[in-house]
Amino acid sequence: MLQLILFNLFNGLIIGAFYVLVSLGLSMILNLSNVINFAHGNFLALGGYLAYVLIPYIGFWPSLLVAPLLTAVIGYLIEVSMISRIYGRDPIYSLLLTFGLAFMIQDACRYIWGVNGLPLTVPNNISQPLSQTYFFLNAYRLFLVAIVAVSVLGLFAFLRYSRMGMRIRAGILDLDTVSALGINVRRLRSLNFAFGIFLAGLAGVLAGGQIGLNPNMGDNLLLPSFVAIIVGGMGSLVGTLLGGLTIGVAAALTAVVWPAASDVVVYIIMAVVLLVRPRGFLGEEGMQ
Amino acid sequence: MSATVMRAPAAQPLDRHRLLVLGLVWVILLLCPFWIPFIGGYTSLGTRILVLGLAAMSLNFLIGFTGIVSFGHAAYFGLGVYGCGLILRYVTASTPLGLVAGMLLGGLAGTIIGALITKRRGIYFAMVTIAFQQIFYFIAYKWNGLTGGFDGLRGFTRANINLGFANLDIIKNDYVFYYFVLFVFAIVAGVMGLILRSPFGRTLLAIRENERRARFLGINVERHIWLAFTISAIFIAIAGGLYALLNNFADPSSLYTDLSGELVIMCVLGGIRVFWGPLLGAAVYVVLQDWISSHTVNWMFFVGLIFVIVVMFFPRGLLGILRRRSEA
Repeated sequence: MLQLILFNLFNGLIIGAFYVLVSLGLSMILNLSNVINFAHGNFLALGGYLAYVLIPYIGFWPSLLVAPLLTAVIGYLIEVSMISRIYGRDPIYSLLLTFGLAFMIQDACRYIWGVNGLPLTVPNNISQPLSQTYFFLNAYRLFLVAIVAVSVLGLFAFLRYSRMGMRIRAGILDLDTVSALGINVRRLRSLNFAFGIFLAGLAGVLAGGQIGLNPNMGDNLLLPSFVAIIVGGMGSLVGTLLGGLTIGVAAALTAVVWPAASDVVVYIIMAVVLLVRPRGFLGEEGMQ
Repeated sequence: MSATVMRAPAAQPLDRHRLLVLGLVWVILLLCPFWIPFIGGYTSLGTRILVLGLAAMSLNFLIGFTGIVSFGHAAYFGLGVYGCGLILRYVTASTPLGLVAGMLLGGLAGTIIGALITKRRGIYFAMVTIAFQQIFYFIAYKWNGLTGGFDGLRGFTRANINLGFANLDIIKNDYVFYYFVLFVFAIVAGVMGLILRSPFGRTLLAIRENERRARFLGINVERHIWLAFTISAIFIAIAGGLYALLNNFADPSSLYTDLSGELVIMCVLGGIRVFWGPLLGAAVYVVLQDWISSHTVNWMFFVGLIFVIVVMFFPRGLLGILRRRSEA
């Protein structure tokens, strides 16, 4: 029983790590651009597929960095050419635009790489289980958690200490003032969008190594990531981090006692949080 | 407040122009089974447009006339589908009872969810509605024993309606079914129109135009939004019930995000500030999607492209453009 609980707890941690990567990117874009990026899960898939293409040429480790970077470039171009044009308009338009983009990217992936799933080969030396009793612990999964932890720490350090990170944080609080101080807000939003997409691409490569690639692999991560943001509190990245881990672990532990309910429990948590503490774990008072 | 309300289009008196539009819409709808074959359609395509148009109009009650965006309205549509289907499958073969059950199920869910989210605005409101929609999707998906899970709920058919003096054969006769759907559509659209003309409807417009000012006038904004959300959920659940009758089938995709997005694009495509806009949007969207998916397997790409093109180039929608031109 202990082994089963540990197994599920660790699974929850892995799923939670993916939720964290996806929801942090979503949250960054939402906070600064006020846009819900429906296509986020499809950028994730795109990142995985790009890694699939790159690995035969440059190997796994460089791909882990290059594929997300390429995804971020594509995201940057889409932001500059389309999404940036509808900032300031009614939210309905950004929702519809990214929704349409999600359809297009998903179908493009299906067209290029096929309907069936593809395997993403992980180097042999990290895919072996570490021990017989704790068969669920293999180096890849530990490494995955470590990569996510490092990226999250890197992201927070970047936002805290770099000049651009400071501008992003200031922009979340008051974009007009930041603009009045002479900062190119348009460019800031584009770069911020690219950062969010980079995280999605990274999640895509990591998820590909874990569960393989398919055109709608991001769909199952996208909606729980919304919940992570809502539960953690809108506007707070630390909140999003906590929210992602909470729902990941909660879903995995529910799977021990009642597997059918593990998907629903995420949304039940959201309902309870909205009822008891509408602003979420760490959301600002008054932030809607 | 009067200045705010007077600017709102739906608040104008029922003048000659409006009566003309109203007459035209109803003539087109009443004669649909007769003209639709000439443009390459068929009666049940007309019924489908009518049902989805009603759903989009119900959603537009929120988007266009209250000014809040729900991106999760497929939930209440789908609950209407399942409510109607479950009654027909397990309880009794009665079409009206099925519709009522669907309406109650969707309306109840809308009331509960609505109460949880009225404090949120803009993009955050949309986000919470999207997330809540998933609860119902997963319940329909996982509760195999009751709902048939992924394969959907089968084994029910709409039942003929006995009026006492006549028996409406809606099972086999597509025409009769079309007019039955049109009858329900007329009732719902009529009630919706009346609500929008009532003081309550005017208050919703005031909230849409300027929420802060409405609040200063002593309007309980949260309660109004909650009520509007509930009413909209009830309407769309009726449309869902009709959808179950149309297909004799209920499946989880009727509760899924994709349908929510499609309903929103129908609203925008037709024009959200016009009462009949979403109906036109539904007609155009359904016909386009039908045509695209019969010509390419990669229809999703092109449907996505429609979304992008509408947002980038026609944000006012078809009727919005027309109105602008006639006013200029």
